[in-house]
Amino acid sequence: MNEETTTAINEETASGTIEFSGEGLQELEEILQCYPNKKAAMLPVLHLARQEFKTITPEVMQYVAGLLDLDPIRVFDVVSFYTLFPSEKEGQYVIQVCATLSCDVMGARSVVNHIEKKLGIEVGQTTEDGKITLKKVECLGSCGTAPMMQINDDYYENLTEERIDEILDGLE
Amino acid sequence: MAQQYFLHNRDNPDSNKIDFYLQNGGYKALETVVKEYSPGEVIEIVKKSGLRGRGGAGFPAGVKWGFVPKYSDKPKYLVSNADESEPGTFKDRYILEKEPHMLLEGIAIASYAIQANIAYNYIRGEFVYGARVFERAVQEAEEKGYLGQNILGSGFNLKVVNHRGAGAYICGEETGLLESLEGKRGWPRLKPPFPAVEGAFKCPTIVNNVETLANVPLIINNGPDWFSSIGPDEKNTGPKLYCVSGHVKKPGLYEFPMGKNLKELIYEDCGGMLNGSLKAVIPGGSSVPVLTADEIDVSMDFDSLAAIGSMLGSAGIIVLDESTCMVDALLNLERFYAHESCGQCTPCREGTTWMVKILQRIERGEGRVEDMDLLDDIAEKINFRTICPLGDAAAMPAASFVKKFRKEFEAHVKKGKCPVKKDKSIKATHAHV
Ligand SMILES: Cc1cc2nc3c(=O)[nH]c(=O)nc-3n(C[C@H](O)[C@H](O)[C@H](O)COP(=O)(O)O)c2cc1C
Ligand code: SF4
Ligand code: FES
Repeated sequence: MNEETTTAINEETASGTIEFSGEGLQELEEILQCYPNKKAAMLPVLHLARQEFKTITPEVMQYVAGLLDLDPIRVFDVVSFYTLFPSEKEGQYVIQVCATLSCDVMGARSVVNHIEKKLGIEVGQTTEDGKITLKKVECLGSCGTAPMMQINDDYYENLTEERIDEILDGLE
Repeated sequence: MAQQYFLHNRDNPDSNKIDFYLQNGGYKALETVVKEYSPGEVIEIVKKSGLRGRGGAGFPAGVKWGFVPKYSDKPKYLVSNADESEPGTFKDRYILEKEPHMLLEGIAIASYAIQANIAYNYIRGEFVYGARVFERAVQEAEEKGYLGQNILGSGFNLKVVNHRGAGAYICGEETGLLESLEGKRGWPRLKPPFPAVEGAFKCPTIVNNVETLANVPLIINNGPDWFSSIGPDEKNTGPKLYCVSGHVKKPGLYEFPMGKNLKELIYEDCGGMLNGSLKAVIPGGSSVPVLTADEIDVSMDFDSLAAIGSMLGSAGIIVLDESTCMVDALLNLERFYAHESCGQCTPCREGTTWMVKILQRIERGEGRVEDMDLLDDIAEKINFRTICPLGDAAAMPAASFVKKFRKEFEAHVKKGKCPVKKDKSIKATHAHV
């Protein structure tokens, strides 16, 4: 995130244009009951925001700040600290290949190379049609079944080139 | 094979449902506790069992619970640490996905012992499936009256909240976790005050690892003497999960009593090495000092590993064969720590980045003769000079790799290139669980 984002967060102009769905608002009520103060609901509400809006834009951060009675900069501070709240638009499918030691020694680099070649993109990029984003990430807690990757919510383990092809070809 | 208490249902798709758990004696321990024992008695039983924390540090669980001030009128909190992000570790994920009720029952008993009425399960954000299973388990347990108001007519109330993290290794460190739980960035706090006195929301809080908590119902059901009879001695007790990854034929999750022989685990249970011969083993997750091939005839318990200068840690065993370049392996780990350092302390933030740069140049063949001492020096200057132990976690592997594999580091510098025939191809194995 850059200076522009920070500035955008501090401007009040963007507020008031987005809102959670009815279901989202109901979930928000339930979340707030689980914590002794509103601020502690930050991560669950950001997860909800991600589910509803996909990207955590300055506008979303302002909205969340409003819901939690916080200064928007507090929300920005948190969003920028964690890796799971994307501030820029990602592909419909986000592939995260684990590249930490256990996966590395079992062939994670070859997995990444194979996917890069197949999709014609490099790590950090999204395919032109906006469908798939490729990322390299740290240990996902699945080291015994290395090499592995996560696509959106799901883990794919014990990867081979054939399996990767099958999985990628299966993405609608 | 020895009796198993965690993995025995691994092939059963219903193992995570409450009906199955109840048919197999589930929630009996909780019932006994809330009906027959005082909170103080539960703490004494857990102390007597010798149960030590499975999250990395090995602190006795019952002793920690005893630190919660009894006469404070502040609310108390229990936190189950399900952040599992230590490279090489994948045991808590199994418990969350396959045995969530063991964990929940442990959470409920621990909460009763410290008289907490709210418990949070801080689960790493990437464990989406595990979170779903755990939340369903909470709902099932509430419906059957094992959680919620007036549990089993005892007057004890407990709400369990699943709290998802958002991708930050440092939130596994207990004070980073608490900051994160309070809706802030996960910046570790200086201790003291310890969480047991001032933790979440400035109230007494106990943080325990998932596996630690899941052991608690076993202790109540079978008694502390039974528990302490498992394992090599009274300080290293109970059943234990071992995560094996890397170059073995059958990597995966294994369960044995505390004190499983590491050599036996690798060569017998895991079917031996996949291709090449053994070069090194990291026995307790990426943060602990590495062992050479001739140091692995060791009992996998807290004190035996400490005696040879390493640690049981999270029991994440990473097995490396001769195709592994130790400079490259250390570079991989230091890159991880540099990426995950929260940046509050200069020695950790700068030290990890320097180590990455130095290792990169050694690996490229541009290293200098003095680089090994430099790495050592940086590691020493990080050690014990930071707010949280992530700094030490980055320093320990560096110091031990350089010490034990110095010749290989020097060969990089002398030859002006990496002397190891690295194998980065995809390797197929038969994962055990
Ligand atoms: C950098 C760092 C990361 C940690 N990550 C975890 C983790 O993912 N899970 C965990 O249970 N403990 C983790 N710990 C240890 C916790 O701080 C804490 O000691 C533990 O949760 C206490 O539980 P136990 O006594 O049951 O082991 C980590 C510690 C450090 C320094
Ligand atoms: S040691 Fe590192 S991770 Fe821990 S508080 Fe200091 S900078 Fe942050
Ligand atoms: S190292 Fe890849 S999942 Fe742990």
